[in-house]
Amino acid sequence: MVQEIIFIVLAAVLIGAALGVITARNPVHAALFLVLAFVTSAGLWLLLEAEFLGIVLVLVYVGAVMVLFLFVVMMLDINTATLRQGFARYAPLGVVVAAIVAVEIGYVVWSEKLGVTFGTPVNHPAEYSNTRELGNVIYTSYVYPFELAAVILLVGIVAAITLTLRRRAGTRSQDPVKQVRVSAKRGRVRLVNMPSEPRHGGDGK
Amino acid sequence: MTQTLHELRAYWDALPPALQLTLQSIGGIMVIMICLILAVAYMTLAERRIIGFMQVRLGPNRVGPWGLLQPFADVLKLVFKEVILPSSANKFLFIIAPIISIATAFAAWAVIPFSNGVILSNINAGLLYILALTSFSVYGVILSGWASNSKYAFLGAMRSAAQMVAYEIAMGFALVGVLMASQSLNLNDIVLGQSGNIGHWYLWPLLPLFVIYFISGVAETNRMPFDVAEGESEIVAGFHVEYSGTAFAAFFLAEYANMILISALASIMFWGGWLSPFQGWHALQGTFLGFLTAASFIWFAVKIGIFLYAFLWLRATFPRYRYDQIMRLGWKVFIPITILWLVLEGAAIVLKIGPWFV
Repeated sequence: MVQEIIFIVLAAVLIGAALGVITARNPVHAALFLVLAFVTSAGLWLLLEAEFLGIVLVLVYVGAVMVLFLFVVMMLDINTATLRQGFARYAPLGVVVAAIVAVEIGYVVWSEKLGVTFGTPVNHPAEYSNTRELGNVIYTSYVYPFELAAVILLVGIVAAITLTLRRRAGTRSQDPVKQVRVSAKRGRVRLVNMPSEPRHGGDGK
Repeated sequence: MTQTLHELRAYWDALPPALQLTLQSIGGIMVIMICLILAVAYMTLAERRIIGFMQVRLGPNRVGPWGLLQPFADVLKLVFKEVILPSSANKFLFIIAPIISIATAFAAWAVIPFSNGVILSNINAGLLYILALTSFSVYGVILSGWASNSKYAFLGAMRSAAQMVAYEIAMGFALVGVLMASQSLNLNDIVLGQSGNIGHWYLWPLLPLFVIYFISGVAETNRMPFDVAEGESEIVAGFHVEYSGTAFAAFFLAEYANMILISALASIMFWGGWLSPFQGWHALQGTFLGFLTAASFIWFAVKIGIFLYAFLWLRATFPRYRYDQIMRLGWKVFIPITILWLVLEGAAIVLKIGPWFV
């Protein structure tokens, strides 16, 4: 009973937040609605006893990905007129994508009628560690797909870093290794011997 | 007296179990929150006094004996000040930002074990929960900076966002080291895994990770010398420049609560939490000093106090890092060291190097 109430509340908030993502005029508000959607879906996962997935969703998407998203979106100079310009042009593509998503959702919702069966979910006791089970499965049965995903991510990292590897001429930067290496005896102060020079010009009153 | 107690007991037993659980949880939350707020209040006084002594001056000592009532005077002053809403600020986000800051700072305390089993919510994924909440706390800073519609506040928010994302990775890796050593995400089990004697603390096998964790913690709480988000001399007060009164006090409270949280976590994960440093000293047992070997909340409080003192010490001694230096330290120094240490630790676990990895 309590679980149903929590589910309905979370689901309602999730749907509202998802609608907010696509209807909000301000991109920052849209991004924040997306954060709300992530947090509520994490709550739904907790309700399904998938605490690892729920917490990692908050950790990765809310804590890192959306922060970077907001970082970029907040710096944008928002002009809603230009944003709306291409609406008619992109509408057909949008309809196609929406139709595909709708079909997929329908497939999941009515999968039982289409003959796909899932096992009944089991309630586990409090000591059951979801994280441990997931780790066991990932590193035994699914080790190759998992490693493949890791390699793809690594390629992404290397590609992203390569994009930043261009040096503009004339930038100044410090070399911490050199800075640490200076010692009082050599390098920091250089004493030069030079003969004293006669004063130029007048002595200026 | 005993009769009224018995009557109360009878009333309590007559309540339905769900209500009992709710009341217990609310009671626990109230106790933790009140203790935490008091700790924060006296932390502000301790900070001003200790830094005062470090800088050879007295610090606040006028309100009450030794200045002990100073925090209450400060709170009263802030509470009675007007909360000013800037006319072009985003009202909703402006108000909700300090609430997010303070809520995440307090919510993380739900999984902190104060003594063996004395914990509000003994969940298995405690470590992950803490990480998720600390990463969520950056929203308080970002939202306040953006919603204020002020350039200084916005600069502070941007700096803070980049800094937190960078140091969270190093912090996460340091926690992965703890997870590998203890084979558990449950904070209570992590402390119990360090029992034996002082040599069993994860501090020794994970020394680099401990140092990185603590420095990342300082960066994560936006404390000196990583306080570029506030940077009084550069961007006035950074993300909370537009806040006043209670809203400003909320940010303050959240910052100090986070400091205490980082200290508590460092002592739980690396310094054996509530375990005694003299545990396993058989010479002490049976003598009048035998009580020193017992595990208790007091040890936990002492360890938290040591870390909090370190926070103040850092503030009094170091100049502020420049922004690019912070980024370099996070990405190019801490993350490679943590990754290297995780590999070494994995090898140590496979080779069963004792007394930690048996």
